[in-house]
Amino acid sequence: MHHTAAALVIEGLTKDFGPVPSLDGRMVRVLDGVHLEAAMGSVTAILGANGAGKTTTLECAQGLQRPTAGTVRLLGENPHRASPRLRARVGVMLQDGGLPPSVKPMALLRHVASMYADPRPVDELAERLGIDDFGGTSIRRLSGGQKQRLALACALIGRPEVLFLDEPSAGLDPQSRTIVFELIKELRAAGLAIILTTHLLDDAQKLADYVYIMEGGRTVAQGTVADLTAGAAPENFRELRFQSVPGLEIPPELLPHLHRAEPEPGHYLVSGALTAADFAALAQWWDSEGILPVAVSMAPRSLEDVFLDIAGRSIR
Amino acid sequence: MTQAAPLARRVLRHGGYEAVAMLRNGEQLVLAVALPLLALAGLVATPLLDGFGPSRIDTAAPGVLALCVMSTAFTGQGIATGFDRRYGVLRFLSTTPLGRSGLVFGKAAAVAVVLALQVVLIGGAAVLMGWRPELAGLPWAVLTFALGAAAFTALGLLVAGTLRPEATLAVTNLLWIVLAAAGGIILPAAGLPAAIEPFVRILPSSALGDGLRAAFLEGSFHPLSCLILLGWAAVASAAAVRWFRWS
Repeated sequence: MHHTAAALVIEGLTKDFGPVPSLDGRMVRVLDGVHLEAAMGSVTAILGANGAGKTTTLECAQGLQRPTAGTVRLLGENPHRASPRLRARVGVMLQDGGLPPSVKPMALLRHVASMYADPRPVDELAERLGIDDFGGTSIRRLSGGQKQRLALACALIGRPEVLFLDEPSAGLDPQSRTIVFELIKELRAAGLAIILTTHLLDDAQKLADYVYIMEGGRTVAQGTVADLTAGAAPENFRELRFQSVPGLEIPPELLPHLHRAEPEPGHYLVSGALTAADFAALAQWWDSEGILPVAVSMAPRSLEDVFLDIAGRSIR
Repeated sequence: MTQAAPLARRVLRHGGYEAVAMLRNGEQLVLAVALPLLALAGLVATPLLDGFGPSRIDTAAPGVLALCVMSTAFTGQGIATGFDRRYGVLRFLSTTPLGRSGLVFGKAAAVAVVLALQVVLIGGAAVLMGWRPELAGLPWAVLTFALGAAAFTALGLLVAGTLRPEATLAVTNLLWIVLAAAGGIILPAAGLPAAIEPFVRILPSSALGDGLRAAFLEGSFHPLSCLILLGWAAVASAAAVRWFRWS
């Protein structure tokens, strides 16, 4: 077990939807054996392409959907038909926000705050997330990023111990993204369990302590970002990219143990267990060809590669 | 540890919040105040209700109060709930300590608040127009009114929870017009063509209208009306619990 204090434990979760008229009234299995655990004081990211089952998993964890089979324990309780006592300890930000269009942001935030015995000070949170700038504008007139920040504030106003964020960076402009990411890190430091879904590998890489990769309604891989990217790859696995004129042919006898590709014209990728000597050999070849690349970069294996290996396709 | 506000406070706060939302909505005010006032004036000015009671206003006022119940509990509340469902508001609020039951009780409280305001406003206007209700029937009127509100709230929730919001808008408005015209609510079922009269009598609109007229015109209790309303409230509530979709 990698977790000390589990906020959420999901075992063998299955969820069927239907009957679906277009499928002759058959049921559709959306989740098919999800196993997941999330610890207090850490960010757990559920990563997957659209339709992988991320949102349904969260909805079962939040008690919005009743599992077909399997168990879900949220803070030790069954979230379906949760008591107000349990709901007070859990903050939820839905993917579509769940915000009433005709209400003004500050009025909504105050109303949600009134459901808790000891909410965060509304003005303070509104200032922190920049909601006071548009607090008197009807929600229907807000931008995607503004709505997203308001939904986050609504999820946080009750001082939750567990925070669910469904695609938290969707529609965020760079500035909002920085504000939201800083806040998430701060909440983790304060001991909250944060469970988020994302299809953005960058989000997961920046925020997550622990990642679950979902594909076809199952959790297919899990681990820290470091664990996942290391995988079976050697410690000196690197991706070396350089940019030059299109159509260069790296001679086969040069760096035979490395994988080479030209994913886009003029963009070259050399990957594998790389040494400084390989790098020198490559530089010598550039010199002999009279090439000086316009850009060179080297990086360890990314989550993107991991996802490609596991799912056999790109996440986008 | 984080705690929820007490149940009564959650429901009352949500009731107040929904009541304010209803009162801020222009179309809702037309339905809740303008149309009933118009109906009252129209019924007093025309001979439509002659022969059903001692005076036009005495016969019209209970029926128009019944119409108010249909406006607020059924049409207004149903449309608001339908759109809240579309926008995910019901799902979000059900994850807060308010919960699903708090949401429903809060909506019922909002309906009660708006109905109380309507009774003061429309009832007051009727009194100014010469309405002299039989005060001995007041307790029966309150009971019938409450049962009617419960039945129509449950029916509104049933429609809002099973149809798309656009369909909810159409169905609840259409039913309001049809029942106002021929549902025994302002024009007693006895005055309708004999072919449809028995069917109209078992409608909640007719039961509410008859119950209120019996209470305010004669000061008497009309047990059949209350039973019919109770039946509609029970069936619609059970159906709403069974088929209401939150998303």
